Amino acid sequence: MPARLVSLLCAALLSPLNGAWGADFDVTTLMQQLAQVHVQRGTFVERKYIGILQHPIESSGELVYRAPDHLEKRTLLPKPESLVLEGEMLTMSRNGRQQTVSLYQYPDLGTLIDSIRSILAGDQKALEAAFEVRIEGSLEQWKLELTPKLEGAQKMIDHIEIRGAGRRVHSVEIVQPDHDRSIMTIENSATPP
Amino acid sequence: MKRGRLPLVVWLLGLCVCGIVIATTRFTADLSAFLPRTPTISQQLLVSQLRNGSVSRTVLVAISGANAVLRAQTSRAFAARLRQNAAFVSVLNGDPDSAQRARDQTLLFDHRYLLSPAINADRFTVLGLHQALGDVLDRLASGEGLAIKPLLTRDPTGEVLQTLDALEQHSQPTFSHGVWASHDGSESILLVQTRAAGSDTDAQERALKWLDADFEAVRTTPLLQLELTGPPVFAVQTRATIRHQVVILSLISALLVTSLLWLVYRSLSALVLGLLPVMTGAAAGIAAVSLVFGTVHGVTLGFGTTLIGEAVDYSIYLFAQVGQSLSFSSAPSSKKLQDRLQNWLSTAWPTVRLGMLTSVVGFFSLVFSGFPGLAQLGVYSIAGLLAAAAVTRWILPLLLPQSFVMPDRRLLGIYLGALLRHRLALRGPIIMLVLAAVVYLGLHHGHLWNTSLAALSPISKSDQARDAKLRAELGAPDVRYFALVSAASAEAALEATEALTPVLDHLVAVGAIGGYDSPARYLPSVATQRSRQSAIPDPDVLRRRLCAAAAGEVSCKRLEPFIQDVTAARTTRPLIPADLEGTSMGLALGAMLLCGKQGCNALLPLHPATDLTARMDIHAVRLALAGVDASPAHVAFVDFKAESDQLYSSYLRQATLLSLGGFLAIIALLAVALRSLGRMVAVLLPLCAAVIVCAFGLAVLGRELTLLHLVGMLLIVAVGSNYALFFDSTHVRRAGPLAVTTLASLTFANLATVMGFGVLAFSSVPLLSALGETVGMGAILALVFSAVFAHDRPDEIPV
Repeated sequence: MPARLVSLLCAALLSPLNGAWGADFDVTTLMQQLAQVHVQRGTFVERKYIGILQHPIESSGELVYRAPDHLEKRTLLPKPESLVLEGEMLTMSRNGRQQTVSLYQYPDLGTLIDSIRSILAGDQKALEAAFEVRIEGSLEQWKLELTPKLEGAQKMIDHIEIRGAGRRVHSVEIVQPDHDRSIMTIENSATPP
Repeated sequence: MKRGRLPLVVWLLGLCVCGIVIATTRFTADLSAFLPRTPTISQQLLVSQLRNGSVSRTVLVAISGANAVLRAQTSRAFAARLRQNAAFVSVLNGDPDSAQRARDQTLLFDHRYLLSPAINADRFTVLGLHQALGDVLDRLASGEGLAIKPLLTRDPTGEVLQTLDALEQHSQPTFSHGVWASHDGSESILLVQTRAAGSDTDAQERALKWLDADFEAVRTTPLLQLELTGPPVFAVQTRATIRHQVVILSLISALLVTSLLWLVYRSLSALVLGLLPVMTGAAAGIAAVSLVFGTVHGVTLGFGTTLIGEAVDYSIYLFAQVGQSLSFSSAPSSKKLQDRLQNWLSTAWPTVRLGMLTSVVGFFSLVFSGFPGLAQLGVYSIAGLLAAAAVTRWILPLLLPQSFVMPDRRLLGIYLGALLRHRLALRGPIIMLVLAAVVYLGLHHGHLWNTSLAALSPISKSDQARDAKLRAELGAPDVRYFALVSAASAEAALEATEALTPVLDHLVAVGAIGGYDSPARYLPSVATQRSRQSAIPDPDVLRRRLCAAAAGEVSCKRLEPFIQDVTAARTTRPLIPADLEGTSMGLALGAMLLCGKQGCNALLPLHPATDLTARMDIHAVRLALAGVDASPAHVAFVDFKAESDQLYSSYLRQATLLSLGGFLAIIALLAVALRSLGRMVAVLLPLCAAVIVCAFGLAVLGRELTLLHLVGMLLIVAVGSNYALFFDSTHVRRAGPLAVTTLASLTFANLATVMGFGVLAFSSVPLLSALGETVGMGAILALVFSAVFAHDRPDEIPV
């Protein structure tokens, strides 16, 4: 009896590790881990490399995610701006003006913004509806490569690379068909539970 | 005595003429009966907006039921289908119309150097270019950077963005699954504009049928429900209601009066003869209205049912008195009938004629009304009453069979006579009632009247509330305040509008208004476009400045497409309104720039300072606009609510004057006919008392009085005078046994009148019900009061 109890306890303790650190690390595993995160805050630095510009454009600010569907990007430099995604409504505030649109109105841009959120929410279904998803590495150090399925998005995005460790996203790189790209690096200010 | 055939021939010929006129008459049942004929300029604008403006063509559509996903899907499929339909110029549901968006983008992009408000001489200096580039780079860094990047090489100064910013909408409705929805998310909402003008009710009706059919085609489950509201729906509904009610009310009225006549006559031939004056009157009335006005309103026909009630009285008087006491004669001879006819012509006919003339005089004042429905009622009734009386006087005696017999109705007369003998007891209470009514009306005179034009609206309050709610959901509530710019041409109106813009911007800055929209925002005047073109330098100069401005940030060699586009823009033809057709900018322009034969009006909606308090500093706005000199164009401040209320109060004032005029004319007629102050007072006092008590009754019933009630009061006097005059003539002639039949026939005639008007009281069209309830109640009161106050010696009432 005690032997059996011990083995049960061991199994119970080890089971989450089995999935996470097991040999077969896949998208589902990562998504399950990410879905555990309910609130995430961080600072970001984004650099855009555009062909005709001689220098990359840099902007920085804060990112806030709250499960299930709130994503906020507050740019502080070079000009204050905020983008708030709540449900399907995207509100953009800039220069004292505020504009609210529905993601559905801008299918191309909408897919992109929505994909970031579905990664944070661990929504594999939504992600795979819009992208071919490939995963590399392990849970400690992973890389997702997303290739858009929709024609409209393909015109704007060649692919997206997202890197992270465990439940944290570290960087999002968007590569455009003309090789222009933007890289956003994220530093988490609060450790997720 | 030989019977002359001439009257018969004249009558039949007249009927033929009426028939021909009626056959070629255009009948309308649209809202024009409710709109004025001779308003001021801003009122004309209000009326033309009401009739044909973009608002009058806009249908608000709500889809409810099933679930949010299905509603959104249906909204998209519905919109896609409607956009294929030529009956609609614009279908908005929040989901972009990709074809229209493509047209918009092409127009904006191709003409960005003519449309962008940022273009001036400074824009193409080194400093100006440097700043413009810097702004665009900032926006590249922003969240929308990815979307605007493709524009960079051809529009590095961001003119498309500048233009788009200027066009940005004030408020967007709520979205659910990508399409507009109500705030609580329970309904999908669409905004559909028909191609046909608002006044073309036939085309609006077809458009509404298309909406129903197209919805049916995309509906995937019966759980989904479609609801339509807005001016086209109201116009079509009103017309249907009026058409329906005119038929129903006329039928009920005719049925009631026919039954009454059957009860009285108990003879088919008498019944048919009794209806002849009514039918001739109706035919003459319609033909007269058609000849005078060109078209006949459905409302007029509705009012016309009242004619049945009054015109039938004449034959009742004739038959009751000519046919009476015949039952006592065993072998009636033709001589006896002729004698009685002669007798009736010499004794009763003058009274009937005078009563008819007072009615005609009363209705005559309506002919001058600026309210088309009333003017037509006036003409219809005058022609109808004259024709009915003439048929009674000259035709019926020819057609009466020699053996014409009326059933003995003396019993009723005797009973009524007995009742009448107790009338003294009623005098006190009636006087008290009248006094109480006077006091009550005096105390409440401030809130007896409904002073809003909406009081005449045939649209029910619940429908209006539903419409207002949907409008609020769309963030498109009715705009009340406008700046009005009138000019000789579209170009002149746009130039004057541009001159007005700094003033409006200042009003926004100081918080007097929250914002405004302007046609010049969608299409600058040609003058402005030309000045923008002249601000563009030579390509070589531009290239040199651009490279200096872009140094260190952008490789200016890659901006050559920009140089080419700008250079091409220098010589392109400026845009005119026709170039905007098919774009959303064109729709917005069309809603604000209204051109007609007299020139063009630009209507700039002014929005209140905040959505919550909806306040506006009217005084400051009025003052600021008055100070604008845009000559030769004219700038004015327009408050549509105040204009429409003023329109109504001018109606009301006019109706008051006309009613007073009609009343005075009746007094004058009676003075000439009766030649006795005492008799005039005896005739008029009971009628005035009836009017006062009737107004009191309406007020106590909680009715807000409208101008139709006022007109109804005039008609109480005009119609009720018939009864008062009969009591007067009986008194004067000291007539013997005739009085019994007079009393009976008066009662029947009164019943017929009350039926004619009373039926109208049940109409759901406020115009008809207001008139019906007033005259219906008033006619009974007029008879009772005339009887009670007839003369002082009750013993004179013969038994």
